[in-house]
Amino acid sequence: MYWNKDMETLSKEKLRELQLERLKRIVRYAYERVPYYRKNFDAIGLKPEDIKTLEDIRYIPFTSKADLREVYPFGMFAVPMSEIMEIHSSSGTTGKPVVMGYTKADLEVWKEVMARSLVMMGVTKEDIIQIAYGYGLFTGGLGFHYGALAVGATIVPASAGNTRRQIELMQDFGTTVLCCTPSYALYLAEYAQDEMGIDPSSLKLKAGSFGAEMWTEEMRKEIEKRFGLKAYNVYGLTEIIGPGVAHECQLQKGLHLQEDHFYPEIIDPETGEVLPEGQKGELVLTTLTKEGVPMLRFRTRDITAFIPGECACGRTFIRIERITGRSDDMIKVRGVMLFPYQIEKAILEVQGVEPHYQIILTRPHHLDEIEVQVEVSKEVFSDEVKSLEALRKKLEKRIEEAVGIRVKVTLVEPKSLPRSEGKAKRVIDKRGLN
Amino acid sequence: MKIKQISVFLENKKGRLYEALTAIAKEGVNIRALTIADTSDFGILRMIVNNPELAKKALEEAGFTTKITSVIAVGVKDQPGGLAEVLKILYEGDINVEYLYAFVEKSGEEAIVVLRTDNLDKTVNLLQQAGVKLFSSTDIESL
Ligand SMILES: [Zn+2]
Repeated sequence: MYWNKDMETLSKEKLRELQLERLKRIVRYAYERVPYYRKNFDAIGLKPEDIKTLEDIRYIPFTSKADLREVYPFGMFAVPMSEIMEIHSSSGTTGKPVVMGYTKADLEVWKEVMARSLVMMGVTKEDIIQIAYGYGLFTGGLGFHYGALAVGATIVPASAGNTRRQIELMQDFGTTVLCCTPSYALYLAEYAQDEMGIDPSSLKLKAGSFGAEMWTEEMRKEIEKRFGLKAYNVYGLTEIIGPGVAHECQLQKGLHLQEDHFYPEIIDPETGEVLPEGQKGELVLTTLTKEGVPMLRFRTRDITAFIPGECACGRTFIRIERITGRSDDMIKVRGVMLFPYQIEKAILEVQGVEPHYQIILTRPHHLDEIEVQVEVSKEVFSDEVKSLEALRKKLEKRIEEAVGIRVKVTLVEPKSLPRSEGKAKRVIDKRGLN
Repeated sequence: MKIKQISVFLENKKGRLYEALTAIAKEGVNIRALTIADTSDFGILRMIVNNPELAKKALEEAGFTTKITSVIAVGVKDQPGGLAEVLKILYEGDINVEYLYAFVEKSGEEAIVVLRTDNLDKTVNLLQQAGVKLFSSTDIESL
């Protein structure tokens, strides 16, 4: 089942042709209309006509979230305000928020990619879709709303929060599709069971689209088991368009990225080099059709990888893995990319209790060394040196299995590691690289 | 006839032993015996004190990880071969000694040695049968 079969199953050659044509156009458009791009291009002597192939995209400078904040509120807009029909903004937990403006055509694109996403997970006009993402400046609620309108499903625009009512709505209206963050889905299941005595699997839900935060395969299994539904990954971000950039099909083997509208690259977050297919790195996106605020090579900070090969569903658009990290959290040791959460998980598996730990990177003899300091909690403390030594060895082994390189584990006293605002500073880099 | 020992996890960091001992001294806890087992990275401080529960509370409040374990306090004749006699009994009983250390003070003509073995109950039985003096918690408190 496709929303737009011709486009979604377009041959690779045709797709590349279309992308190149659109890329050339958007580059010229951005250069001519947005001073920020013009300045960046001019600074390195790059001209729109230098982009002759898709590979040439690598000559274009990256755009970061910080760049967008600097031109708050409307500095990136490529059209006069009279052409802007809707404004969205990503919350600014640090610094100013990012503001995005959508033209009529942009809203059509958003609707299109969201409709494709919903159909991809099996939604039809027979479905009752409860949108429990926030409606408002946040793109979650309205993005799903536009897609569901196009598909013709019955929309229950519940927005976020008011948990008891969400469950009542699902029960009374017979909701078949749920859209919200994965953590909220789990909370809903728990609340229904514990506070209302309703077995979540007794609800009519058959599918759910979950995103806007990082989640795991284990969470997916848990949500599916609790509600008796199929849980799908949705990916998107306000800077690009909102939800709908990529979505999983019913095979649940990665997210198809809407390549006719968004051009993806995966780069090494440290060097900015484009990585070969299949390798994990930071996702960089270029909007191929956006008029309001064109984005050239936007650094998403999200870590993923392209999944090589064709999908059995027949869609030709490339798939990405679920987001597994943020490039800000990434550590590179001896060329290997690793994340604190991998180490945390390994320690948790060995100790069975929430660990306090710190990762210390050094380069004593021109070679990176990684030390993990683990606080010895009451639960794991033993009076005997040999059992503490055994614990230490076990931690080293399990962490090495998790990250693929040898680490040195040191046991330290509890609360000896610094904690800032409840969350410890996890990584200390003493290599002097910066 | 087992007695309580308090164990403390220590990083090999300057001043940590001092801080641990200060924490219990402030509560008026007396140390009867003490030893440190250490590796290059960390150490375990083991102590027999007159009030293990109070010591544990004081140490935990000062941020230390502690554990109370059972050990045996044995009276050993203060003469050559005194300790060897005790160890012979354990060896013949197929018991492994995990660690041992001595009290600071003597009890009359006897030295007091703290023992931890891989089978404490069996150790107690064997030593009692052999007529070796074992100290109880009350004995330790009144030393
Ligand atoms: Zn597919």
